[in-house]
Amino acid sequence: MTTSSLNRVIPQLSEKLAARLGFHILATIRFAGGFGLLSFQILREIFYPPYYFRLTIEQILFIGVRSILLVSVTALATGSVMALQFGYGLARFGGKLYVPKVVALTILREMGPVFTSLLVAGRVGSGIASEIGSMKVTQQIDAIRALGTSPIKRLVIPRVIACLVAFPILTLFADYIGLCGAMAVSMKELSIGNEYFIAKAIETLRSYDLFTGMAKTTVFAFFVSVAACWKGLNTEGGTQGVGESTTWIVVTSSIFIMISDFFLTKFFILTVYPKY
Amino acid sequence: MEILLDIKDLHKTFGNKHVLQGISLSLRKGEILGLFGGSGTGKSVILRTIIGLEGPDAGEIVFRDQNIANLPERQMIEVRKKIGYVFQNGALFDSLNVEENLAYPLIEHTKLNPTEIHDRVNRMLALIDMVGTNHLYPNELSGGMQKRAGLARAIILGPEIILFDEPTAGLDPVNTRRLLENIKRLRAERGITGIFVTHDIPSAFAIADRIAILYERKIYIVDSVENIKNSSDPLVQSFVSKPPEASETVNVRRK
Repeated sequence: MTTSSLNRVIPQLSEKLAARLGFHILATIRFAGGFGLLSFQILREIFYPPYYFRLTIEQILFIGVRSILLVSVTALATGSVMALQFGYGLARFGGKLYVPKVVALTILREMGPVFTSLLVAGRVGSGIASEIGSMKVTQQIDAIRALGTSPIKRLVIPRVIACLVAFPILTLFADYIGLCGAMAVSMKELSIGNEYFIAKAIETLRSYDLFTGMAKTTVFAFFVSVAACWKGLNTEGGTQGVGESTTWIVVTSSIFIMISDFFLTKFFILTVYPKY
Repeated sequence: MEILLDIKDLHKTFGNKHVLQGISLSLRKGEILGLFGGSGTGKSVILRTIIGLEGPDAGEIVFRDQNIANLPERQMIEVRKKIGYVFQNGALFDSLNVEENLAYPLIEHTKLNPTEIHDRVNRMLALIDMVGTNHLYPNELSGGMQKRAGLARAIILGPEIILFDEPTAGLDPVNTRRLLENIKRLRAERGITGIFVTHDIPSAFAIADRIAILYERKIYIVDSVENIKNSSDPLVQSFVSKPPEASETVNVRRK
């Protein structure tokens, strides 16, 4: 390629890149504003009637019960693999007996909340965004408003409450299954007895390990549910728009969970976990 | 005759597009006003603005001596109980069956018990020739049935005004006739007042008392059906004699 053609192509590419970057920055600002506004509307509307208890219970069951298999399999696999990896890794330094401590701490503080939230965010977030998005493009959201009811109260609040309830319960469940998996593998593959595993796990774990994990999950649940509802309510462009909303929420939720996990961990290290 | 709804100098902009430029329109009690206009000229926007699905940039919408333009959402809920909206495609909730769809406004806004609600729904279904469809879901209904169910849901609370957003669009002549007969029957039994937005000129002539024509973002003319039919105005004639989309492209000088 000659210098003159390079001189022509580079500004064009830079222009396209700048336009794309600008578009993404504007979209992010729009999302941040929309997220804040929707959160404010939820807080404002949650305290006055009508209350949709039946819809909320339905959503809790829908999110919770239908995610149990996914969460169980993942937690079992994660706990087992962690025990296996730590077992063989630590054995090189004569530290195999530390497996119960390390695995229990990691599952309760990190793997349980983060893996559960990632998986459930993918399943539930995409479900919420596509359902509400479909309602938006077929004017059902307009119909809810035209019939004198609020889509925030009827659609958003039950889903947000359901996520805030179901995510921590699923995390607790995942913690338990993960520890069981780790214990089983420790016994079978590393010759660490169940009693020893349980004793060491109990000796290591503190209530704040569980609660900080739950707190993380609660933050993730709020973000995923509100973001999914916002995206659904702002879906445009027919079925293609619904598809885009579904993909968007999975990507955005995953990125948020991974990044915010770091900052939440840092926050808990500074405020909750003991200094050594 | 009593004015039920009075729209004064209504403006609405979407981005750079000034869709409505000073719309003024009155709706008298007991009449049906047909609203014509080309595609994308803002007919539906007028209806959506009346019911508060869009907020106007300027102007007033006076309903029973109250300006309802830009009312807060919570206050608008009370207004929406009195103004029904019939969506173009019915906009039935696809997770609810026909009975649940029709019962929705009654459950939300009345204290009727389940038996009374069931009876009221059945009476309404009889009125729109859909007896026995209670347990069918929207995807099991034909397009015409969806629109009729949407009409029934919009009027089940007995609103004072009904806004029809192209209710006959996409319907075959048989279903169009059936829908119009349903509206006529409702009108005879309940004396409904409404705005009927449509491209379907014969339907509007069959159902409306007066016709308004939206042209170049303003109301060009409002007159009785007879006067509109017999008008010598070239623009009015272009609307009446041809499909509105075609008439939009006709270059007609205003008188």
